[in-house]
Amino acid sequence: MSRSTLTGTRIRERRMGMRLRQADLARSVGISPSYLNLIEHNRRRIGGKLLMDIARKLDVEPSALTQGAEAALLEALRDAAVGHEAAAHELPRIEELVGRFPGWAQLLADSHRRVAELERTVEMLTDRMTHDPFLSASLHEVLSTVTAIRSTASILVETEDIDRDWQDRFHRNLYDESQRLAEGAQALVAYLDEDSAGEERVRSSPQEEVEAYLKAQDYHVAALERNLPPRIDNLIGAAPELSSSPARDLARHYLERYSQDAAHMPLGDFAKAAVELELDPARLAQRFGVDLGAVFRRLAAMPGDRIEAEVGLVMCDGSGTLTFRKPVQGFSPPRFGAACPLWPLYQALSRPMAPVRAVVELAGRSPRRFLTYAICQPAQTSSFDGPQVLEAAMLILPEPVHSPAQGEVLAAGTSCRICPRRDCVARREPSILADGF
Amino acid sequence: MGGTVLLIEDEPNIIEAIRFILSRDGWVVHTHSDGTTAYQSVLDKRPDVVILDVMLPGKSGFDILRDIRGGAETGALPVLMLTAKGQSKDRELAEQIGASRFMAKPFSNTDVLSAVRELAEG
Repeated sequence: MSRSTLTGTRIRERRMGMRLRQADLARSVGISPSYLNLIEHNRRRIGGKLLMDIARKLDVEPSALTQGAEAALLEALRDAAVGHEAAAHELPRIEELVGRFPGWAQLLADSHRRVAELERTVEMLTDRMTHDPFLSASLHEVLSTVTAIRSTASILVETEDIDRDWQDRFHRNLYDESQRLAEGAQALVAYLDEDSAGEERVRSSPQEEVEAYLKAQDYHVAALERNLPPRIDNLIGAAPELSSSPARDLARHYLERYSQDAAHMPLGDFAKAAVELELDPARLAQRFGVDLGAVFRRLAAMPGDRIEAEVGLVMCDGSGTLTFRKPVQGFSPPRFGAACPLWPLYQALSRPMAPVRAVVELAGRSPRRFLTYAICQPAQTSSFDGPQVLEAAMLILPEPVHSPAQGEVLAAGTSCRICPRRDCVARREPSILADGF
Repeated sequence: MGGTVLLIEDEPNIIEAIRFILSRDGWVVHTHSDGTTAYQSVLDKRPDVVILDVMLPGKSGFDILRDIRGGAETGALPVLMLTAKGQSKDRELAEQIGASRFMAKPFSNTDVLSAVRELAEG
């Protein structure tokens, strides 16, 4: 199938826009008006010298006649037609559709995109339902109780000559189990109620709750920097953002580590040293006798004005899943799904304990550069027994004053879906960006 | 009848109900509640039929079934599996490993009784 079949329509539009008669244009390029008419109605292919001549007469680039803004739209429509028999049958006429009904075609493409987005959301929610441990445990509890009640009740009803002792015993069991069932059902209802109380609650994962909590204080937990810090559980209890118990667990884990870091690297001393050593994590680690990961976390917890820089941080586990994200202006880690596989974070993940430093240029309308440091270390919970658990972290600092030459800059993105680098070797899925291509 | 049944289940009131209905039907009923030692209990008690719950503390019923099917003396033992999750996934897995029968909770007493009878007769 040719993509040039729409060329005729464009020639016609352009000609009419210039108030040029068909016969006049035909004569000026040396063809008959009826032949031009066939071309304009996309009944004859056009190319080569004739296309050049017509383009010149119409005062446009030949490419403007052969490729239009419809390219992205056509792409989206082809994508929508995949697996749809009737549409696939009419694929050869797709350009005619776009040419004649650009609005309807756009609607179709937009709807298709929206459906795909919603499907993703549904998938995510379904995933949460099936893997929700509380829901699963509650249902199991309710079913077990119902089983005991059903079995016990039917014994009482069906056994005619049941003796007094057994009867009393089964009555008591029945009472106990019904009590348990009532509690289980109430807990389940409360849980489901809580979840549907706000649209937002349904959407947010425990991780997002923790993120909202940290973001509200700009990732600096001032209370834990004091000499006699409050109990972490009190802090968590007072945080309105941390509404679910998994989120509170996550926050507790984070804050425990935070207060350890704060004890090893007290705010005043650390901020001074950070400025003095120009935010160099290696030298900071040496001065405070801590590991690089701790310095990363501590830098990310500093108020921007104390260290004269905005610092971002992302962390991931061994599967590459982002477990922590503190964005900075111009560098926002993806909220869902995986990040750009070219990130130094993932380089570090593949070489545990080897520090990585790289200047990264993020693709975008106005590409921005950042200095990044990354390290992968065993998580604190690792022991000699059991599996080794790795954790990688990447510190994101402003572009260095002496920016390296182009060849030494790592060209990366945020996430494939929104990355315009079309020919990237690491591309995992197509981009949804139409412009920039 | 008069065979022996080993009931591996951790809910006390379910144990009591099943024990009652099977005992009245003439069965000797042994019970065991801990998943980790369940297989040993099968070897010790040498029952005619095993009733095995899927969700047990310590070890899953599927793993215990694997042990039973893998054992030289227990490989052909009739096993009735009970689960609170009546999902087809669980049923498939149970069939794959070699459960003789599969029953979703909440079951009816009569069904359990007739299943045990049929399993014992082979």
